[in-house]
Amino acid sequence: MNQQASDAIVARSLSKRFGDFTAVDRITFSVKKGEIFGFLGANGAGKTTAMRMLCGLSKPSSGEASVAGYDVYTQPEKIKQRIGYMSQKFSLYEDLTVEENIRFYAGIYGLTLTDIRKKTTDLLKRLHLTDERRNLVRELPPGWKQKLAFSIALIHRPDIVFLDEPTGGVDPLTRREFWEMIYEAARGGTTVFATTHYMDEAEYCNRVSIMVDGHIAAMGTPAELKQQYTATGMNEVFLQLARQATRQAD
Amino acid sequence: MKSITAEDISKTYRRGKESITALHPVSFSVDRGELFGCIGPDGAGKTSLIRILATLLLPDSGKATVDGLDIHRDLAAIRKRVGYMPGRFSLYQDLSVEENLRFFATIFNTTVEKNQHLIRDIYAQLAPFAHRPAGKLSGGMKQKLALCCALIHEPSVLFLDEPTTGVDAVSRKEFWEMLHTLRQRGITILVSTPYMDEAGRCDRVALVQDGRFLRVDTPQGLTHQYPKRVLAVKGEDMYLLLQTLKQEASVEIAYPFGEYHHVVIADDVPMDGAYWQKFGVREVQRIEPDIEDCFILEMHQRQTNT
Repeated sequence: MNQQASDAIVARSLSKRFGDFTAVDRITFSVKKGEIFGFLGANGAGKTTAMRMLCGLSKPSSGEASVAGYDVYTQPEKIKQRIGYMSQKFSLYEDLTVEENIRFYAGIYGLTLTDIRKKTTDLLKRLHLTDERRNLVRELPPGWKQKLAFSIALIHRPDIVFLDEPTGGVDPLTRREFWEMIYEAARGGTTVFATTHYMDEAEYCNRVSIMVDGHIAAMGTPAELKQQYTATGMNEVFLQLARQATRQAD
Repeated sequence: MKSITAEDISKTYRRGKESITALHPVSFSVDRGELFGCIGPDGAGKTSLIRILATLLLPDSGKATVDGLDIHRDLAAIRKRVGYMPGRFSLYQDLSVEENLRFFATIFNTTVEKNQHLIRDIYAQLAPFAHRPAGKLSGGMKQKLALCCALIHEPSVLFLDEPTTGVDAVSRKEFWEMLHTLRQRGITILVSTPYMDEAGRCDRVALVQDGRFLRVDTPQGLTHQYPKRVLAVKGEDMYLLLQTLKQEASVEIAYPFGEYHHVVIADDVPMDGAYWQKFGVREVQRIEPDIEDCFILEMHQRQTNT
């Protein structure tokens, strides 16, 4: 399929059906390299299913998609090597120490032993976690866990990082420190694909799409969308669109 | 009359040599029929507080009453009068919507029919799924069912622990509308949430962080008493702008806020575009702070004091 060299993700008429239920209905979009793309939608709109296809975890029913230049049908394993993934629900092993988590993920992604040692030291220093390196992750404050999880998702220098509701439940300062880390990663050329329930966070994204009942109902920069829906904030845009949904969230 | 009173309630958890203080002595009260919000991040102590007031956990120190009854002495009486919705979905996943409701009604020695009036509006949305197992409901529907179950014995006080966490913006809005209807019926509601934007829907809120109440006030009271000036600024390169602002001595705090950065300044710092232009600011306007700005200022002041 046609793909611009500057695109990190391209999806064309991408669909997923479960029996007679169409979870994702012909979505078409592309995300540029180094872009922060917000992928929004009400519960049950099809976000997770779409994201799973893009991560190479679920085969589409029809349509095309490529991620990091690899095809989601034929090269899912290649995709997995080139992406990072983080979600609030699952990212780190609570019963491993900070250091063990870093080494574990670095190992999984095939970093060499020398590389692992160096990255571990660097990462601990950067996150000011050197003194806590032997503590169990479960004992870390939620905000620290989040920053650690994000850094680990980037440990193999992926082209794209998928963030699935990464910032729930942290204080407003930590939430912002976390977004600064996201900005920094994007400036370094990493593409960021994020879902969130915080509509003000949608405004930090370069572009956002809003899914309703399996299809993309709106897409653009936050400023464009607010103008288009004559709304003062993304929350209003979201509510206007999500109210059109007929599908029952599941 | 006060519906909830708490005086120097504290709680520390110990495991081996480690100890974590969930609540430093906290004191507050909630009026009858008031909708009171505890706003704060995970680990702030919100759940411990709610569990103590719901008589599910004993505090290390302090006194508290719910509906005039003592949490140490009158456990059984309190439990009959309060409705509690835990943060984790705790209904029977393999029972249907209707069965869960009947089960909770029966435990409290009442019937669904008798208290139909309390849950009618909420249940209307659940009715199409009456025979579906609770475990197979969507997040928003689970929350509505949990609220129905917490209401079925006609409690005078409701404790809701993060009822809107992980729920999308539409369901959150609907849920708050339900709480307002319940409040109009005279039910006292103590609700916790990590979402700052929900503060405005409460009569009064406590900003909770690290086991302490940073502030307790009406949402308007909090924002009106904000002691500094807040500017919303924009520039070409927002990341670079933020780094520059953080280094600038006349800036007390700078942080991203939606499409703008917010800049907190003292009264003697100029607010005109010409002054801010040299930092890369293209657009500047003074704004009214919101609850999140208040929370950030409180946190910042605490951090700089310690």
